[in-house]
Amino acid sequence: MMTDKNKTIWIEYLVFLCVVSAFGLITENTYYLQIMTFIGINTLLALGLNMLMGYTGQVSLGHAAFYGIGAYTTAILSGTYAINPWLALVCAVAAAVLIAFIVGLPTLRLSGYYLAMGTLGFGMIVNIVIREWGDVTGGASGFVGIPVLEAGSLVFMSGASYYFLVWGIVFAAIIICRRLLASRTGRALRAIHDGENAAVAIGINTHALKLEIFMFSAALGAVAGFLYAHFVLFISPESFGFMFSIKIVTMVVIGGMASVWGALLGAAVLTLLPEVLHGFAEYEMIVFGTVLMVVMIFMPQGLTRGIMDIIRTARRARA
Amino acid sequence: MLKIKNLKCCYGNIAVVHTVSLSVRQGELISIIGANGAGKSTLLGAVCGLLKNWSGEIEFKGRSLKGMSAPAIVSQGISMVPEGRQIFSPLSVMDNLKMGAYTRFRKEGKTRVAQDLDRVVQMFPILRERSDQLAGTLSGGEQQMLAIGRALMARPALLVLDEPSMGLAPKIVGMIFETIQTLRDTGVTILLVEQNARAALKIADRGYVLETGKMVLQGSADELLVDDDVKRAYLGKDYGDFLDGRNQ
Repeated sequence: MMTDKNKTIWIEYLVFLCVVSAFGLITENTYYLQIMTFIGINTLLALGLNMLMGYTGQVSLGHAAFYGIGAYTTAILSGTYAINPWLALVCAVAAAVLIAFIVGLPTLRLSGYYLAMGTLGFGMIVNIVIREWGDVTGGASGFVGIPVLEAGSLVFMSGASYYFLVWGIVFAAIIICRRLLASRTGRALRAIHDGENAAVAIGINTHALKLEIFMFSAALGAVAGFLYAHFVLFISPESFGFMFSIKIVTMVVIGGMASVWGALLGAAVLTLLPEVLHGFAEYEMIVFGTVLMVVMIFMPQGLTRGIMDIIRTARRARA
Repeated sequence: MLKIKNLKCCYGNIAVVHTVSLSVRQGELISIIGANGAGKSTLLGAVCGLLKNWSGEIEFKGRSLKGMSAPAIVSQGISMVPEGRQIFSPLSVMDNLKMGAYTRFRKEGKTRVAQDLDRVVQMFPILRERSDQLAGTLSGGEQQMLAIGRALMARPALLVLDEPSMGLAPKIVGMIFETIQTLRDTGVTILLVEQNARAALKIADRGYVLETGKMVLQGSADELLVDDDVKRAYLGKDYGDFLDGRNQ
């Protein structure tokens, strides 16, 4: 039984690696590569939020804040102060984790709607700070002059090299999340989701664990922000606002809660859809909204579960 | 092993349990009986650290539990089977059992936990059969066994059960109570809270009767089973059965 499970996991990883590398090697169109890179960055965000929301059941409406903290920390350190971007990455993650700790300590005592409201407020505060702290962040007009990432003789400019950098990190993040979920901690997270009282009664320190997973998801968000900043080289507060927080939540829900591949699928759909729908011109948002509604009506458990169910019924019908 | 003195528990300003005292000695099976709203579950909540707002004294193995968090109390050796089972339904049966040993993994390592896992599934063979099934798909009785198994995985010195008979068919209730008795015989100290007074007293060594937050009676289980007040209030006899009033 265990080996069977392990085998499917390895097959999944292999398929993932094959698809990602094949796409990266074959595609030369920079536009497609760019879209795929954004999908990777959004996958990191959705993965982080999925750990918190999908598995632990704690809704955060301020996840874009950590994305912004990651992006602006690296932008300021490497752009203004000319610090090595990789060192700036460490600082960005540390900053996000520290802020998650400070914010999470009181807010994670809340639950349900109240937690959502608390994190919503936090997201807005961060956005306002970015917007108003003009001397440091460039204010509403944005931050210019973020250096390009380099590692030895490798320069990560837009195109295939950045694509592989991002997807390499996504792959690592997927493995880390998977390992975490299969462990004792993962079981405890799902236990909190199902019944926090029962979880406390068997000896789980739920508050500490929720805080830890909040910090973990903040770290993933900061990594995504770092990758975003050094990819587009120009950042402005709008990218990290309330609407983007909602978008990350939508990715998790559409893809399928409590599923690692669901995060990937949700991020892909929500990144691709606006691009595909450009053809609809002024009707774009209407079609976008309709697609989301249809998915939720017919696949309330998200795309991953929905598609798996369809495959299963098809198989049964054939047998 | 467990001593409670002058316990008072409040929800907000309302005292639900007042001046309750009881003791549980090593190896005993103690039943607390009482009607709905008597404060039984509140009392257990205080013992297990789920309820913070209490005054008085609760001592376990000579150490006060005042201010101790629920996880810390589990580490002290008190493990609870919560009311209504509260198993983790989206997790597999095996994962539920492993969750029971949550506080032990770091201290004792995997092999000892695996041994206990074996012991528990030997006691409840049905759990082995269903080990990969989601816990939510089990029947009520199986879920109760899982909840007890999960609590045992913490290797408790004191096992606390909150209404294990709730919502189960009489035959299953019988099985659950037999299991509780077997557990006592293997040396686990047990504190049982029940509405099903007759069944709870039959297997207990001593009993306490809780009424609207006060301890009104206590004694050996045999005494309580024949006590007229208990009979009237909890065993389904009314005053009509006592022709000559209280016959003592």
